[in-house]
Amino acid sequence: MRHDHVISAKQLSRADIEEVLDRAAEIADDPGAVADRHDEALLGTLFFEPSTRTKMSFTAAIKRLGGDVVDMGSVESSSVKKGESLADTVRVAEGYADALVLRHPSEGSAKMASEFVDVPLINAGDGAGQHPTQTLLDLYTVREAAGLDDLTIGIMGDLKYGRTVHSLAHALTNFETRQHFISPESLQLPRSVRYDLHEEGASIREHTELDAVLSELDVLYVTRIQRERFPDESEYREVAGEYQIDSATIEAASDDLTVMHPLPRVDEIAHDIDDTDHAQYFQQAHNGVPVRMALLDLVLGGDR
Amino acid sequence: MSDHQLRVSKIRDGTVIDHIAAGQALNVLAILGIDAHSGETVSVGMRVPSDRLSTKDIVKVEGRELSQDEVDVISLIAPAATINIVREFDVVEKHRLERPEAVVGVLSCPNHNCITTEDEPVDSRFDVLDDGIRCQYCETIIREDIADHIDVA
Repeated sequence: MRHDHVISAKQLSRADIEEVLDRAAEIADDPGAVADRHDEALLGTLFFEPSTRTKMSFTAAIKRLGGDVVDMGSVESSSVKKGESLADTVRVAEGYADALVLRHPSEGSAKMASEFVDVPLINAGDGAGQHPTQTLLDLYTVREAAGLDDLTIGIMGDLKYGRTVHSLAHALTNFETRQHFISPESLQLPRSVRYDLHEEGASIREHTELDAVLSELDVLYVTRIQRERFPDESEYREVAGEYQIDSATIEAASDDLTVMHPLPRVDEIAHDIDDTDHAQYFQQAHNGVPVRMALLDLVLGGDR
Repeated sequence: MSDHQLRVSKIRDGTVIDHIAAGQALNVLAILGIDAHSGETVSVGMRVPSDRLSTKDIVKVEGRELSQDEVDVISLIAPAATINIVREFDVVEKHRLERPEAVVGVLSCPNHNCITTEDEPVDSRFDVLDDGIRCQYCETIIREDIADHIDVA
Protein backbone atom coordinates (compact mmCIF):
# COMPACT_ATOMS: atom_id res chain seq x y z
CA MET A 1 0.00 0.00 0.00
CA ARG A 2 1.45 3.34 -1.01
CA HIS A 3 -0.40 5.55 1.43
CA ASP A 4 1.07 6.70 4.70
CA HIS A 5 -2.24 8.01 5.95
CA VAL A 6 -5.60 6.29 5.62
CA ILE A 7 -8.09 9.14 5.48
CA SER A 8 -10.84 8.28 3.01
CA ALA A 9 -12.14 5.31 1.04
CA LYS A 10 -11.65 7.52 -2.02
CA GLN A 11 -7.89 7.07 -1.82
CA LEU A 12 -8.15 3.27 -1.97
CA SER A 13 -7.75 1.60 -5.36
CA ARG A 14 -9.00 -1.89 -6.07
CA ALA A 15 -5.41 -3.13 -5.70
CA ASP A 16 -5.08 -1.41 -2.31
CA ILE A 17 -8.32 -2.94 -1.09
CA GLU A 18 -7.44 -6.42 -2.31
CA GLU A 19 -4.00 -6.19 -0.73
CA VAL A 20 -5.57 -5.49 2.67
CA LEU A 21 -8.31 -8.12 2.30
CA ASP A 22 -5.90 -10.82 1.11
CA ARG A 23 -3.56 -10.07 3.98
CA ALA A 24 -6.50 -10.11 6.41
CA ALA A 25 -7.57 -13.51 5.14
CA GLU A 26 -4.07 -14.87 5.68
CA ILE A 27 -4.00 -13.47 9.20
CA ALA A 28 -7.46 -14.85 9.99
CA ASP A 29 -6.27 -18.30 8.89
CA ASP A 30 -3.14 -18.23 11.03
CA PRO A 31 -3.05 -15.37 13.53
CA GLY A 32 -0.16 -16.96 15.41
CA ALA A 33 2.15 -16.34 12.45
CA VAL A 34 2.08 -12.58 13.04
CA ALA A 35 2.01 -12.61 16.84
CA ASP A 36 5.44 -10.96 17.14
CA ARG A 37 5.58 -9.00 13.92
CA HIS A 38 5.33 -5.59 15.54
CA ASP A 39 6.47 -6.28 19.08
CA GLU A 40 7.96 -2.83 19.56
CA ALA A 41 5.08 -0.94 17.95
CA LEU A 42 2.94 1.56 19.81
CA LEU A 43 -0.40 2.67 18.40
CA GLY A 44 -1.69 6.03 19.62
CA THR A 45 -5.48 6.09 19.92
CA LEU A 46 -7.24 9.45 20.01
CA PHE A 47 -11.00 9.09 20.32
CA PHE A 48 -12.79 12.42 20.67
CA GLU A 49 -16.13 10.61 20.38
CA PRO A 50 -17.39 7.42 22.01
CA SER A 51 -16.47 4.16 20.32
CA THR A 52 -16.78 0.52 21.28
CA ARG A 53 -16.08 -1.71 18.28
CA THR A 54 -13.60 0.51 16.46
CA LYS A 55 -11.49 1.26 19.50
CA MET A 56 -11.58 -2.26 20.93
CA SER A 57 -10.77 -3.88 17.60
CA PHE A 58 -7.83 -1.52 16.90
CA THR A 59 -6.57 -2.29 20.40
CA ALA A 60 -6.98 -6.03 19.87
CA ALA A 61 -5.34 -5.75 16.44
CA ILE A 62 -2.14 -4.04 17.60
CA LYS A 63 -1.86 -6.36 20.60
CA ARG A 64 -2.26 -9.44 18.41
CA LEU A 65 0.61 -8.09 16.30
CA GLY A 66 2.75 -7.94 19.43
CA GLY A 67 2.43 -4.18 19.94
CA ASP A 68 0.61 -2.01 22.41
CA VAL A 69 -1.62 1.04 22.69
CA VAL A 70 -1.08 4.48 24.15
CA ASP A 71 -4.51 6.00 24.58
CA MET A 72 -5.44 9.67 24.95
CA GLY A 73 -8.26 8.77 27.33
CA SER A 74 -11.55 10.60 27.36
CA VAL A 75 -11.82 14.17 26.13
CA GLU A 76 -12.89 15.24 29.64
CA SER A 77 -9.61 14.05 31.14
CA SER A 78 -7.32 15.36 28.37
CA SER A 79 -5.72 18.66 27.43
CA VAL A 80 -8.47 19.13 24.83
CA LYS A 81 -10.59 20.16 27.77
CA LYS A 82 -8.12 23.01 28.33
CA GLY A 83 -8.73 24.24 24.79
CA GLU A 84 -5.87 22.59 22.94
CA SER A 85 -6.30 22.47 19.17
CA LEU A 86 -6.49 19.15 17.35
CA ALA A 87 -3.39 20.15 15.37
CA ASP A 88 -1.41 20.51 18.61
CA THR A 89 -2.82 17.32 20.14
CA VAL A 90 -1.73 15.15 17.20
CA ARG A 91 1.68 16.85 16.95
CA VAL A 92 2.28 15.90 20.57
CA ALA A 93 0.85 12.40 20.20
CA GLU A 94 3.04 11.51 17.21
CA GLY A 95 6.02 11.69 19.54
CA TYR A 96 4.55 8.90 21.63
CA ALA A 97 3.50 6.40 18.96
CA ASP A 98 4.42 4.81 15.64
CA ALA A 99 0.98 5.37 14.15
CA LEU A 100 -2.15 7.24 15.21
CA VAL A 101 -5.83 6.35 15.07
CA LEU A 102 -8.18 9.33 15.21
CA ARG A 103 -11.91 9.62 15.70
CA HIS A 104 -13.25 13.16 15.83
CA PRO A 105 -16.72 14.73 15.51
CA SER A 106 -15.73 17.24 12.77
CA GLU A 107 -15.73 16.44 9.07
CA GLY A 108 -12.26 16.81 7.57
CA SER A 109 -10.56 16.42 10.97
CA ALA A 110 -8.49 13.39 9.94
CA LYS A 111 -7.30 15.04 6.75
CA MET A 112 -6.28 18.17 8.62
CA ALA A 113 -4.60 16.21 11.41
CA SER A 114 -2.63 14.16 8.87
CA GLU A 115 -1.09 17.39 7.55
CA PHE A 116 0.54 17.99 10.92
CA VAL A 117 2.15 14.60 11.53
CA ASP A 118 4.75 12.36 9.90
CA VAL A 119 3.63 9.05 11.42
CA PRO A 120 0.78 7.26 9.62
CA LEU A 121 -2.63 8.54 10.69
CA ILE A 122 -5.73 6.39 10.30
CA ASN A 123 -9.19 7.95 10.18
CA ALA A 124 -11.51 6.05 12.51
CA GLY A 125 -14.46 8.30 11.69
CA ASP A 126 -14.63 12.07 11.07
CA GLY A 127 -18.13 13.37 11.84
CA ALA A 128 -20.49 12.50 9.00
CA GLY A 129 -17.50 12.19 6.66
CA GLN A 130 -15.64 8.94 6.19
CA HIS A 131 -14.81 5.72 8.05
CA PRO A 132 -12.44 3.85 5.73
CA THR A 133 -11.41 1.04 8.09
CA GLN A 134 -15.05 0.13 8.66
CA THR A 135 -15.33 -0.04 4.88
CA LEU A 136 -12.41 -2.44 4.64
CA LEU A 137 -13.99 -4.80 7.14
CA ASP A 138 -17.35 -4.40 5.39
CA LEU A 139 -15.75 -5.32 2.07
CA TYR A 140 -14.01 -8.27 3.67
CA THR A 141 -17.35 -9.48 5.01
CA VAL A 142 -19.09 -8.99 1.65
CA ARG A 143 -16.30 -10.81 -0.15
CA GLU A 144 -16.50 -13.78 2.20
CA ALA A 145 -20.30 -13.96 2.07
CA ALA A 146 -21.22 -13.00 -1.49
CA GLY A 147 -18.15 -11.97 -3.49
CA LEU A 148 -17.36 -8.41 -4.59
CA ASP A 149 -18.01 -8.63 -8.31
CA ASP A 150 -21.40 -9.12 -9.93
CA LEU A 151 -22.87 -7.98 -6.63
CA THR A 152 -26.25 -6.39 -6.02
CA ILE A 153 -26.24 -4.56 -2.70
CA GLY A 154 -28.91 -2.54 -0.94
CA ILE A 155 -27.75 0.11 1.53
CA MET A 156 -30.56 1.27 3.80
CA GLY A 157 -31.17 3.79 6.56
CA ASP A 158 -29.42 7.08 7.24
CA LEU A 159 -27.52 7.67 4.02
CA LYS A 160 -27.12 11.39 4.62
CA TYR A 161 -25.12 11.37 7.83
CA GLY A 162 -23.90 7.76 7.85
CA ARG A 163 -20.14 7.88 7.36
CA THR A 164 -19.90 4.11 6.92
CA VAL A 165 -22.30 4.45 3.98
CA HIS A 166 -20.27 7.23 2.36
CA SER A 167 -17.05 5.25 2.53
CA LEU A 168 -18.61 1.95 1.47
CA ALA A 169 -20.50 3.37 -1.51
CA HIS A 170 -17.32 4.88 -2.90
CA ALA A 171 -15.18 1.82 -2.31
CA LEU A 172 -17.74 -0.39 -4.08
CA THR A 173 -17.24 1.61 -7.28
CA ASN A 174 -13.95 -0.28 -7.64
CA PHE A 175 -15.95 -3.47 -8.21
CA GLU A 176 -18.73 -4.60 -10.51
CA THR A 177 -21.60 -3.75 -8.21
CA ARG A 178 -25.13 -2.49 -8.54
CA GLN A 179 -25.88 -0.23 -5.60
CA HIS A 180 -29.43 0.44 -4.39
CA PHE A 181 -29.91 3.14 -1.77
CA ILE A 182 -33.04 2.90 0.37
CA SER A 183 -33.93 5.74 2.72
CA PRO A 184 -36.51 8.36 3.60
CA GLU A 185 -36.22 11.35 1.29
CA SER A 186 -34.84 13.51 4.09
CA LEU A 187 -31.90 11.13 4.61
CA GLN A 188 -30.80 10.48 1.03
CA LEU A 189 -27.15 10.56 0.00
CA PRO A 190 -25.52 13.98 0.34
CA ARG A 191 -24.60 15.97 -2.75
CA SER A 192 -20.87 15.34 -2.32
CA VAL A 193 -21.22 11.54 -2.26
CA ARG A 194 -23.65 11.58 -5.16
CA TYR A 195 -21.16 13.71 -7.10
CA ASP A 196 -18.33 11.24 -6.50
CA LEU A 197 -20.43 8.21 -7.44
CA HIS A 198 -21.48 9.96 -10.63
CA GLU A 199 -17.85 10.83 -11.42
CA GLU A 200 -16.90 7.17 -10.96
CA GLY A 201 -19.68 6.11 -13.31
CA ALA A 202 -21.26 3.97 -10.60
CA SER A 203 -24.50 2.11 -11.18
CA ILE A 204 -26.82 3.44 -8.46
CA ARG A 205 -30.56 3.58 -7.89
CA GLU A 206 -32.42 5.32 -5.07
CA HIS A 207 -35.61 4.09 -3.44
CA THR A 208 -37.82 5.04 -0.53
CA GLU A 209 -39.07 1.49 0.01
CA LEU A 210 -37.15 -1.71 0.53
CA ASP A 211 -39.88 -3.79 -1.14
CA ALA A 212 -38.96 -2.31 -4.49
CA VAL A 213 -35.59 -4.11 -4.59
CA LEU A 214 -35.39 -6.63 -1.77
CA SER A 215 -35.77 -9.73 -3.95
CA GLU A 216 -32.84 -8.67 -6.19
CA LEU A 217 -30.32 -8.20 -3.39
CA ASP A 218 -27.31 -10.34 -2.55
CA VAL A 219 -26.48 -8.12 0.43
CA LEU A 220 -28.61 -5.78 2.53
CA TYR A 221 -26.52 -3.31 4.55
CA VAL A 222 -28.69 -1.74 7.24
CA THR A 223 -27.75 1.42 9.17
CA ARG A 224 -29.30 3.13 12.13
CA ILE A 225 -31.58 6.13 11.75
CA GLN A 226 -30.79 8.41 14.65
CA ARG A 227 -33.40 10.15 16.74
CA GLU A 228 -31.51 13.46 16.66
CA ARG A 229 -31.95 13.76 12.88
CA PHE A 230 -35.65 14.52 13.34
CA PRO A 231 -37.40 17.56 14.78
CA ASP A 232 -39.71 15.50 16.99
CA GLU A 233 -40.14 12.06 18.43
CA SER A 234 -43.34 11.14 16.57
CA GLU A 235 -41.88 11.93 13.15
CA TYR A 236 -38.79 9.92 14.00
CA ARG A 237 -40.84 6.91 15.06
CA GLU A 238 -43.00 7.03 11.96
CA VAL A 239 -40.06 7.27 9.55
CA ALA A 240 -37.65 4.93 11.34
CA GLY A 241 -40.33 2.24 11.62
CA GLU A 242 -40.43 1.91 7.83
CA TYR A 243 -36.77 0.96 7.69
CA GLN A 244 -36.77 -1.85 10.23
CA ILE A 245 -36.56 -5.45 9.18
CA ASP A 246 -37.56 -8.71 10.80
CA SER A 247 -37.82 -12.33 9.69
CA ALA A 248 -41.20 -11.65 8.05
CA THR A 249 -39.72 -8.80 5.99
CA ILE A 250 -37.00 -10.93 4.52
CA GLU A 251 -39.25 -13.77 3.49
CA ALA A 252 -39.45 -11.93 0.18
CA ALA A 253 -35.66 -11.96 -0.14
CA SER A 254 -33.34 -14.48 -1.72
CA ASP A 255 -32.43 -17.43 0.51
CA ASP A 256 -28.81 -16.36 0.10
CA LEU A 257 -29.35 -12.78 1.24
CA THR A 258 -26.60 -11.56 3.57
CA VAL A 259 -27.70 -8.99 6.16
CA MET A 260 -25.02 -6.63 7.46
CA HIS A 261 -24.97 -3.72 9.90
CA PRO A 262 -22.01 -1.65 11.16
CA LEU A 263 -23.55 -1.76 14.67
CA PRO A 264 -24.64 -0.60 17.15
CA ARG A 265 -28.22 -1.41 16.19
CA VAL A 266 -31.18 -0.23 18.14
CA ASP A 267 -34.23 -1.81 16.55
CA GLU A 268 -33.54 -1.68 12.82
CA ILE A 269 -32.89 -5.44 12.74
CA ALA A 270 -35.19 -7.58 14.87
CA HIS A 271 -33.56 -10.22 17.04
CA ASP A 272 -35.44 -12.95 15.19
CA ILE A 273 -32.97 -12.51 12.32
CA ASP A 274 -29.92 -13.04 14.53
CA ASP A 275 -30.01 -16.82 14.42
CA THR A 276 -30.74 -17.13 10.71
CA ASP A 277 -28.12 -17.74 8.04
CA HIS A 278 -28.79 -14.23 6.75
CA ALA A 279 -27.23 -12.53 9.77
CA GLN A 280 -23.59 -11.60 9.28
CA TYR A 281 -23.35 -8.50 11.49
CA PHE A 282 -21.60 -10.10 14.41
CA GLN A 283 -19.14 -11.86 12.12
CA GLN A 284 -18.72 -8.47 10.41
CA ALA A 285 -17.76 -6.88 13.75
CA HIS A 286 -15.35 -9.74 14.49
CA ASN A 287 -13.72 -9.25 11.09
CA GLY A 288 -12.57 -5.85 12.32
CA VAL A 289 -9.63 -7.47 14.08
CA PRO A 290 -7.90 -9.34 11.21
CA VAL A 291 -8.69 -6.49 8.79
CA ARG A 292 -7.21 -3.88 11.12
CA MET A 293 -4.25 -6.17 11.80
CA ALA A 294 -3.64 -6.34 8.06
CA LEU A 295 -3.96 -2.58 7.68
CA LEU A 296 -1.68 -1.83 10.64
CA ASP A 297 0.85 -4.34 9.35
CA LEU A 298 0.92 -2.51 6.02
CA VAL A 299 1.15 1.03 7.42
CA LEU A 300 3.75 0.03 10.03
CA GLY A 301 5.97 -1.48 7.35
CA GLY A 302 4.62 -4.86 6.42
CA ASP A 303 7.05 -5.86 3.65
CA ARG A 304 7.74 -9.52 4.10
CA MET B 1 -11.85 59.38 -22.70
CA SER B 2 -14.24 56.52 -22.11
CA ASP B 3 -17.35 56.73 -20.06
CA HIS B 4 -16.11 54.88 -16.98
CA GLN B 5 -12.99 57.01 -16.71
CA LEU B 6 -15.22 60.05 -16.51
CA ARG B 7 -17.14 58.47 -13.68
CA VAL B 8 -14.23 56.98 -11.70
CA SER B 9 -11.07 58.99 -11.19
CA LYS B 10 -7.62 57.69 -12.08
CA ILE B 11 -5.39 56.28 -9.39
CA ARG B 12 -1.69 56.86 -8.93
CA ASP B 13 -0.48 53.53 -7.53
CA GLY B 14 -2.61 50.50 -6.92
CA THR B 15 -4.92 48.09 -8.67
CA VAL B 16 -7.82 48.49 -11.06
CA ILE B 17 -10.14 45.50 -11.29
CA ASP B 18 -12.10 46.00 -14.49
CA HIS B 19 -14.81 44.07 -16.34
CA ILE B 20 -16.31 42.73 -13.13
CA ALA B 21 -19.69 41.10 -13.74
CA ALA B 22 -22.32 43.78 -13.08
CA GLY B 23 -23.45 43.74 -9.47
CA GLN B 24 -20.37 41.98 -8.09
CA ALA B 25 -18.28 45.03 -7.11
CA LEU B 26 -19.27 44.91 -3.46
CA ASN B 27 -18.40 41.23 -3.33
CA VAL B 28 -14.98 42.04 -4.80
CA LEU B 29 -14.50 44.58 -2.02
CA ALA B 30 -15.50 41.92 0.51
CA ILE B 31 -12.95 39.51 -0.95
CA LEU B 32 -10.31 42.21 -0.52
CA GLY B 33 -11.47 42.72 3.05
CA ILE B 34 -12.33 46.34 2.34
CA ASP B 35 -15.14 47.87 4.37
CA ALA B 36 -16.05 51.21 5.88
CA HIS B 37 -13.21 50.96 8.39
CA SER B 38 -10.44 50.14 5.91
CA GLY B 39 -7.83 52.79 5.26
CA GLU B 40 -7.61 52.47 1.47
CA THR B 41 -8.84 55.05 -1.01
CA VAL B 42 -11.33 53.12 -3.14
CA SER B 43 -13.41 54.04 -6.18
CA VAL B 44 -16.28 51.86 -7.26
CA GLY B 45 -18.26 51.99 -10.49
CA MET B 46 -21.36 49.88 -10.76
CA ARG B 47 -23.28 49.07 -13.91
CA VAL B 48 -20.98 51.15 -16.10
CA PRO B 49 -21.65 50.78 -19.87
CA SER B 50 -19.07 48.46 -21.42
CA ASP B 51 -18.06 47.27 -24.87
CA ARG B 52 -17.29 43.70 -23.79
CA LEU B 53 -20.09 43.27 -21.28
CA SER B 54 -23.28 45.27 -21.66
CA THR B 55 -22.64 46.77 -18.26
CA LYS B 56 -19.85 46.06 -15.83
CA ASP B 57 -18.55 46.98 -12.42
CA ILE B 58 -15.11 48.41 -11.78
CA VAL B 59 -13.10 48.76 -8.58
CA LYS B 60 -9.98 50.89 -8.11
CA VAL B 61 -7.95 50.53 -4.96
CA GLU B 62 -5.19 53.01 -4.21
CA GLY B 63 -1.93 51.69 -2.77
CA ARG B 64 -2.81 48.01 -2.86
CA GLU B 65 -1.68 45.06 -4.96
CA LEU B 66 -3.64 41.85 -4.69
CA SER B 67 -2.51 38.47 -3.40
CA GLN B 68 -2.89 35.40 -5.61
CA ASP B 69 -5.45 33.96 -3.17
CA GLU B 70 -7.59 37.09 -3.56
CA VAL B 71 -7.26 37.02 -7.34
CA ASP B 72 -8.28 33.35 -7.40
CA VAL B 73 -11.51 33.98 -5.53
CA ILE B 74 -12.32 37.04 -7.65
CA SER B 75 -12.05 34.79 -10.70
CA LEU B 76 -14.86 32.63 -9.33
CA ILE B 77 -17.39 35.44 -9.05
CA ALA B 78 -16.15 37.60 -11.92
CA PRO B 79 -14.47 35.34 -14.47
CA ALA B 80 -14.27 38.04 -17.14
CA ALA B 81 -12.47 40.54 -14.89
CA THR B 82 -9.09 42.02 -15.69
CA ILE B 83 -6.53 43.14 -13.11
CA ASN B 84 -4.48 46.22 -13.93
CA ILE B 85 -1.53 47.16 -11.77
CA VAL B 86 -1.01 50.91 -11.83
CA ARG B 87 2.19 52.75 -10.95
CA GLU B 88 2.56 56.51 -11.39
CA PHE B 89 -0.79 56.65 -13.23
CA ASP B 90 0.32 54.09 -15.85
CA VAL B 91 -0.91 50.54 -16.23
CA VAL B 92 2.30 48.51 -15.84
CA GLU B 93 0.74 45.04 -15.80
CA LYS B 94 -2.57 43.73 -17.10
CA HIS B 95 -3.85 40.26 -16.27
CA ARG B 96 -6.86 38.32 -17.51
CA LEU B 97 -8.12 35.95 -14.84
CA GLU B 98 -7.66 32.24 -15.16
CA ARG B 99 -9.91 29.80 -13.37
CA PRO B 100 -7.72 28.29 -10.64
CA GLU B 101 -7.69 24.61 -9.69
CA ALA B 102 -8.15 25.52 -6.04
CA VAL B 103 -8.72 28.54 -3.84
CA VAL B 104 -7.12 29.00 -0.44
CA GLY B 105 -8.46 31.17 2.37
CA VAL B 106 -10.81 34.13 1.67
CA LEU B 107 -13.90 31.85 1.60
CA SER B 108 -15.21 29.98 4.61
CA CYS B 109 -16.82 26.56 4.49
CA PRO B 110 -20.60 26.70 5.02
CA ASN B 111 -20.57 23.34 6.82
CA HIS B 112 -20.53 24.32 10.49
CA ASN B 113 -19.21 20.87 11.33
CA CYS B 114 -16.15 21.25 9.07
CA ILE B 115 -12.80 21.26 10.87
CA THR B 116 -11.78 24.45 9.02
CA THR B 117 -14.52 26.40 10.84
CA GLU B 118 -12.97 25.55 14.21
CA ASP B 119 -10.08 27.22 15.95
CA GLU B 120 -7.38 25.27 14.12
CA PRO B 121 -4.24 26.57 12.38
CA VAL B 122 -5.54 25.78 8.91
CA ASP B 123 -6.83 27.83 5.95
CA SER B 124 -9.96 26.86 4.10
CA ARG B 125 -9.18 25.16 0.78
CA PHE B 126 -11.64 24.52 -2.02
CA ASP B 127 -11.16 22.62 -5.23
CA VAL B 128 -12.70 24.39 -8.20
CA LEU B 129 -15.18 22.18 -10.07
CA ASP B 130 -16.79 22.87 -13.44
CA ASP B 131 -19.93 24.11 -11.73
CA GLY B 132 -18.91 25.08 -8.21
CA ILE B 133 -16.30 24.60 -5.53
CA ARG B 134 -15.66 21.82 -3.04
CA CYS B 135 -14.10 21.92 0.42
CA GLN B 136 -10.94 19.82 0.43
CA TYR B 137 -11.54 18.90 4.07
CA CYS B 138 -15.23 18.06 4.54
CA GLU B 139 -15.97 17.71 0.79
CA THR B 140 -19.04 19.96 0.91
CA ILE B 141 -19.91 21.20 -2.57
CA ILE B 142 -21.07 24.80 -3.10
CA ARG B 143 -22.75 25.52 -6.42
CA GLU B 144 -24.85 28.61 -5.75
CA ASP B 145 -23.97 32.02 -4.34
CA ILE B 146 -20.28 31.50 -3.75
CA ALA B 147 -19.98 35.16 -2.73
CA ASP B 148 -22.14 34.42 0.33
CA HIS B 149 -19.22 32.46 1.75
CA ILE B 150 -16.62 35.22 1.68
CA ASP B 151 -14.96 35.20 5.09
CA VAL B 152 -15.59 38.66 6.50
CA ALA B 153 -14.38 37.85 10.01
